[in-house]
Amino acid sequence: MSDTPAPVTGIEVPINLQYEFTAGKALTRFLTRIREGRIVGQRCPGCNNVYVPPRGMCAACGIPTEEEVEVVDEGIVESFTVVHIPIPGNPIKPPFVAANILLDGTDMACLHRVSEVDNARVHVGMRVKARWKPREEWDYTFENIAWFRPVEGS
Amino acid sequence: MAETNPELLTKSFELGYTYTRSTGPVIGHFLTELREGRIVGTRTSDGRVLVPAAEYDPVSAEALTEFVSVAEEGVVTTWSWVAEPISHHLLQKPFAFALVRLDGADVPMLHMVDAGEEGAMRTGMRVRVRWAAERRGSITDIACFEPA
Repeated sequence: MSDTPAPVTGIEVPINLQYEFTAGKALTRFLTRIREGRIVGQRCPGCNNVYVPPRGMCAACGIPTEEEVEVVDEGIVESFTVVHIPIPGNPIKPPFVAANILLDGTDMACLHRVSEVDNARVHVGMRVKARWKPREEWDYTFENIAWFRPVEGS
Repeated sequence: MAETNPELLTKSFELGYTYTRSTGPVIGHFLTELREGRIVGTRTSDGRVLVPAAEYDPVSAEALTEFVSVAEEGVVTTWSWVAEPISHHLLQKPFAFALVRLDGADVPMLHMVDAGEEGAMRTGMRVRVRWAAERRGSITDIACFEPA
């Protein structure tokens, strides 16, 4: 600090919130299966919609969901955006594609990345398939899927 | 975390927001003076002195521009004892949150009093500033108040 420091014009006031997240029964089941390399959602007994990841209830019908349904790791891009601004603490380097992906047999899109393709070629309706991380890296996380990649010929 | 089919999965995580706030000229001057070890307030249209310095007149809503120096000592107008500080409290021992009206000011400001024990606290007691070892232009340049 010099002899005549500049006047104060700003202050740093970081806020750090400590969370203890509990997955709940439905998400715990989902994460236990994804650790085995399987994608298991739940079907609503009212509207028959299949939700991945499951939340233990159907938001549309307002009733519990219990029936488990295993689905494939392939689907279509329902919508997407190209992220250009780095996210603090996120190791993924922009630009990258964040997409809502509707897996075959499900009725609600899940958020994931699309890679192994020029960002400019990603389009709504594109067929994509999961690129799994090596089995020895699997844990209780949807990130066992590194990203989704285009299916040949789509 | 259990290895096989746990009943419920839990995970702790921290969500952080890296805010930087602009102080504006009035609060900026107040903090600049704090960094120099001085406490200033602003004078209102009805002659009162507000500490910490306020930007606008509470009666006329005009911008306040006259700064007034006040003392490092004052009186506790009310207080609340914190017997068990939690992790984000700046004093990691029992202390009081208190409203302190500094000599020369007409309103009290919120800060902490390190009185050692609850029995040493009383409304009307005189306290003085304990400055932080290193002052950086922050309200925490006042580490706390202590009995005078």
